[in-house]
Amino acid sequence: MSPRAASRLESIGFPRVYDYVAGKADWGSFGMPLEGRRGSETRVGAHLRRDVPACRLDEPLHEVRTRVRAAGPDTCFVVNDENVVLGRLGRAALAGADQLTVEQAMSSGPSTVRPSLELDRAVERMRRQNLTTLPVTTSDGRLLGLLERDTAERALRELNPNSASTLSESSQP
Amino acid sequence: MPTPVDRQEVRQLVAEGAQLVEVLPQAEYEEEHLPGAINIPLKTLDAETARRLERERPVIVYCHDYQ
Repeated sequence: MSPRAASRLESIGFPRVYDYVAGKADWGSFGMPLEGRRGSETRVGAHLRRDVPACRLDEPLHEVRTRVRAAGPDTCFVVNDENVVLGRLGRAALAGADQLTVEQAMSSGPSTVRPSLELDRAVERMRRQNLTTLPVTTSDGRLLGLLERDTAERALRELNPNSASTLSESSQP
Repeated sequence: MPTPVDRQEVRQLVAEGAQLVEVLPQAEYEEEHLPGAINIPLKTLDAETARRLERERPVIVYCHDYQ
């Protein structure tokens, strides 16, 4: 659609026309702000915890464990030089033997979501899969942060107070 | 030929004064759009509706994605 619009503008006489072919889906998937009725606050990207511990493949597990525990969360993401997520160290993996490296202890390829995902869909997914957190990356896999279920549910209630009772009912086991 | 641009180039061009135009239907624009974008749906885009734009400034058009 946008290539046709760009060509039409050129034919009308606009001399400098650019086509952002990836469009607002790309914009939102990188956590960039959007305006409008729906707005950015209804998206995962507005509710991230961004101070998430990260480590590299070749680090000794015991060093990472010490760092992560000092930071608070019980999870750490394994990233490369471009901050692309390669794996995750959960609570059990972090408690592994001292001689292990991160690569030996991690779970590869954790499931991730984009910051443009609707917050209510993210909460539904966490409930359905019994997850307490969801890692959030850009569409090219770079770590942006972590969506925590408590934070997401609270934000959803504030965004839509009328649905609070329904939400709490549906969260019961 | 219109020049394809990526996200970083959009940011740069907007910082330099480019105009952003979403060409999706009005309802989709009202749901969400890039900051500062105006809406001229493709179906209504002609010389008359394009008068909202300044010819001297660059124009960036976009829709939802590669459609």
